[in-house]
Amino acid sequence: MIDFVRNVRLWFAPEEVRREGHTPDYRFSLANERTFLAWLRTALALIGGGFAVDQFLPHLRWAWRIGLALALLAAGVLCSLRAVNHWVRCERAMRRGEDLPASRFPALLSIVVAVVAVAMVVVVLAGWAG
Amino acid sequence: MTDGAADRAGGGADAGRDPGLQPERTRLAWRRTTLSSTVAAVLAVRTALHGGATAAGIVVCALCCALWLGFLRVAHLRIRTLESGAGPARVPPVLAVRQAAVAVLCTVALAVCAAVLVF
Repeated sequence: MIDFVRNVRLWFAPEEVRREGHTPDYRFSLANERTFLAWLRTALALIGGGFAVDQFLPHLRWAWRIGLALALLAAGVLCSLRAVNHWVRCERAMRRGEDLPASRFPALLSIVVAVVAVAMVVVVLAGWAG
Repeated sequence: MTDGAADRAGGGADAGRDPGLQPERTRLAWRRTTLSSTVAAVLAVRTALHGGATAAGIVVCALCCALWLGFLRVAHLRIRTLESGAGPARVPPVLAVRQAAVAVLCTVALAVCAAVLVF
């Protein structure tokens, strides 16, 4: 948690990142940037999914619709925050010459997406049957 | 022939162009991300104006458009930096943390708008 707070401070103090260690090969930095952008696209897709659940499943019960949409939106927020956090951590690790940080976030996110997808299938099928 | 091999290995400091086309790939990644944000913004506008244009709906709609423009601006600035490069070797500078933070904050704010709209 304290690590996270320090990382949040780093988001707004770019000079602090640059002071540490030595500048890595710019190609590694650009690859890190593309990974960050890929995670940001994932976050935007989750947010779009939240809108889509709200818009294109109008016959669902209110609670289910809101619940699924909010779950997707929350996943999108977490994903985008984690994107910038992971980018800063990778950038710093490269400057210091350390190993890149390991993360269990991809596994967590895929489990959440799978659960939401199964819930959607069940809810839509139940809606047809009922 | 040997010169070409050295260039492909990316070793030469005087290589005219990075063989991996890293800045171009990064530029296209920014473009793709802008497209994703456009899709999300269009869905937001659709949701906001779906049940008739109420005052609150129009306000949230304008907010989403402003966030989209903010994202577009960050992407545009970054793409221009990537294209110009810095120094004689045309090495593009690292993405500024502030730009990354602004892009993420636009995304988060869009999600907050979405939560308000969905409710």
